[in-house]
Amino acid sequence: MAKDEIRTEYKLVGTRPNRPDGLDKVTGRARYGADFSLPGMLFGAVVRSPHAHARIKRIDASKALALDGVKAVVTRADFPTGLTGEDWNLQENTMAGDVALYDGHAVAAVAATSALLAQDAARLIEVEYEILPHVTDVDEAIKPGAPAIRPGSADHSVPPHEGETPDMCRHNVVRNIEFGHGDIKDGFAKADLVMERTYKTEATHQGYIEPHACVGQMGEDGKGEMWVCTQGHWFIRRMCAAVLGIEAAQLRVTPSEIGGGFGGKTTIFMEPLALALSRKAGGRPVKIVMSRAEVLRATGPTASSSMDVKIGMTKDGTLTAARAEFRMQGGAFPGAPVDMALYCAFAPYKIPAIEHIGYDVLANRPKCAAYRAPGAPMGAFAVESLIDEMCGELGLDPIEVRLKNAVKEGDKSSYGPTFGKIGLVETLEAARAHPNYSVPLGPNQGRGVASGFWFNHGGETSVSLAISEDGTVQVSVGTPDIGGSRASIALMTAETLGIPYEDVRVNVVETGALGVNEPTHGSRATFASGKAAVEAARQAAREMCRRAAKEWGIDEEAVVWEDGAARPAGPNAGKFPPMTIAEIASRMGSTGGPISGHHESVPGGVGASFGTHVVDVEVDPETGRTTILRYLVVQDAGRAIHPSYVEGQYQGGAAQGIGWALNEEYVYGDDGRLQNPVFLDYRVPVASDLPMIDTVIVEVPNPGHPYGVRGVGETGITPPLPAIANAIAVATGARLRHLPMNPPRVLAAIQAKDRG
Amino acid sequence: MSKIHVTTSVNGDPVEFLADPRETLLDCLRDHLGLTGSKEGCGTGDCGACSVMLDGRLVSSCLVLGVEAEGKRIDTIEGMANGGELHPLQRKFIELAALQCGFCTPGILVASKALLEKNPDPSEEEVRYWLAGNLCRCTGYDKIVRAVLDAAAEMRGAA
Repeated sequence: MAKDEIRTEYKLVGTRPNRPDGLDKVTGRARYGADFSLPGMLFGAVVRSPHAHARIKRIDASKALALDGVKAVVTRADFPTGLTGEDWNLQENTMAGDVALYDGHAVAAVAATSALLAQDAARLIEVEYEILPHVTDVDEAIKPGAPAIRPGSADHSVPPHEGETPDMCRHNVVRNIEFGHGDIKDGFAKADLVMERTYKTEATHQGYIEPHACVGQMGEDGKGEMWVCTQGHWFIRRMCAAVLGIEAAQLRVTPSEIGGGFGGKTTIFMEPLALALSRKAGGRPVKIVMSRAEVLRATGPTASSSMDVKIGMTKDGTLTAARAEFRMQGGAFPGAPVDMALYCAFAPYKIPAIEHIGYDVLANRPKCAAYRAPGAPMGAFAVESLIDEMCGELGLDPIEVRLKNAVKEGDKSSYGPTFGKIGLVETLEAARAHPNYSVPLGPNQGRGVASGFWFNHGGETSVSLAISEDGTVQVSVGTPDIGGSRASIALMTAETLGIPYEDVRVNVVETGALGVNEPTHGSRATFASGKAAVEAARQAAREMCRRAAKEWGIDEEAVVWEDGAARPAGPNAGKFPPMTIAEIASRMGSTGGPISGHHESVPGGVGASFGTHVVDVEVDPETGRTTILRYLVVQDAGRAIHPSYVEGQYQGGAAQGIGWALNEEYVYGDDGRLQNPVFLDYRVPVASDLPMIDTVIVEVPNPGHPYGVRGVGETGITPPLPAIANAIAVATGARLRHLPMNPPRVLAAIQAKDRG
Repeated sequence: MSKIHVTTSVNGDPVEFLADPRETLLDCLRDHLGLTGSKEGCGTGDCGACSVMLDGRLVSSCLVLGVEAEGKRIDTIEGMANGGELHPLQRKFIELAALQCGFCTPGILVASKALLEKNPDPSEEEVRYWLAGNLCRCTGYDKIVRAVLDAAAEMRGAA
């Protein structure tokens, strides 16, 4: 395998070998969530509320239970009471209590001997509802007098707005955030141009192609097992245990291959129902597979947002002050990512004075889950759109303005911490130098630029590595492989040990095999599990050096590990031929027993990743349809361990961002029901919607990782929303501030502009 | 509901199963024949993860009833490799990193093979429109389209 030319210091890091799970995944052998079955297995189906907000007056399952082959029905009455905080939220979302809080909220579940029978039985479960007033829009939900979704949960620290009396409670505001720095009045006074605009984004779904699926088994003794598609099986274990009132260690959770997650599979939805049904059905395993409609109605999309942004800029493009007020609804539960959105909003820029204000608002929608850089794309849409509009007003080049204000190593970030080594400037320079930035544009075409940011994450990590009898190496990790992390972890392990890539097998193992691992989230799998695997490999290498030293009869300090073998450290250490990993492994049974390495930690040294995107669009003035002509992603990877999968993350993030920008949205009817819970109507980008997506991997190595890795998964979804809005503004002269920019909205904006 | 006996052929092998008349061909392949390589992403014919060949025609097996398979020939992802030898498309998908999570991959491979049988020299645009019924949420399609074009070129060279 040829190495990429720019990388010379490593043998394997930076190469593009075949991924170890590739063969299984092109032959149909890889086992995903719904592919798993057990002897004696039952099938579960879930009864869901057709109402956005309704009191549950009565549930009668007698007709369902009368069917031959129906083995169990569970309702909230089968779950323990007295939970608090997020555990209660999870339980309430798993199964409605007194009130169904959104269209699709689970109210009962049934297990039967076949999937069809379970569905038939679910239809026979009678639920009597008393419909309550509902609210789904964030700007409506925040108003005093909006239907109270969780009476008593309001954050009373929210100050009354203009024209309101202190007793006008905003029932649905459950969290109020304020932070910032500098003198904001002074900052705006120093600006030559101050602009303030309001932006809205609609809820979108991660849209992983694999619906949630699990098989759960639990006996009366509270011991259980689960096989499930998830980004994090320890999270599944902890959350299921909390919701069901069992002990975490009694539940063993094995992850399947995962058909996409993007943050949406870091929490529980129907998993506790499978376990509860199994317990009630005498311990027979129960399989639950969601339909696509269930995925869209009842799993976690991202928040919808309404955002005010105000920015001050001098004539030469220097930012003097900024203010952001973001309102987000994340469904009927606290947890809209308004905090993250605010932390990221101004992160690319050094601004002397900033004020951030955020409101987490309840609405009658499903509980939001993480979606790739949660919150960041919305904030970037608002801020990067306004900066672009101001560049246009002042006649400044958008990349020059971003370079002028870009954060660098040692700068204090907008959200507090001081940046270490970062690569925003390098991404901007690479974008400016790329041929895409100077392709001549035709009529109705426009070019847009935007930058984006994500923190990245370390997180609880436990990795175990063992040397096999033949000198090959197995690595056990707890982070499910969503997009090639087995390959990147194998590359780093092999590089560290100086052995062939093919000699390392990386296994994603179950909860019983390792200490606690956070999910594959926060762009952390290659960073955190990779860093831990390198540490574990070094530990094993030290032990192998000790074994060699013992055989040679010299001090262990006089032995070094190099190129897959223990060697004397220098001429003074003695003249011994290298002792290879295979030789040491073949004799380990008689030299002290198995050789392994472990690493458990919350890895520090996380490196933030910045990116800059350049997009060219053409807008049909007759229909308002936007075509992406070319698309460039430039992002700092720190170090690309397997460049193909880094490019894949960049391209995938861009494609999801394009969908969010142009087409995807949760459409609710006046009745509060989701109108588009199928892929035909919730339309994600298809192959014919997109061009090739060009990538430039910038490498500003992260000093906090042995190979310089930053984590690359999330940043890429952040710039597309504003970059496309900025391109459409150039192409049409119309500025869109409400996503998605679908043909009707773009056409209306063009017509409004033409009317003047 | 009483079940119906279905005799058909899958990947060249004769098979029989009992189908509930409401079950889709996809249900029957996965649940009765243990062929779980074909995936259900939507159940409404929008995602293409369940793509199979039915008498040489590309179909979404979630939109075909199991009982309709009677007397037909079905080809699935499990029959795509020739014994131990991968189809050039399968090989190119691995080599060019044309999959991330891999869930849409079986359907995309089956659909791409059907394209190359009809049109051994497709343009990028033809590949994109042919695969417009196969959703991938991970890759942005770039590497998928390249892998299909590359496999087509290799197959033309070999022919």
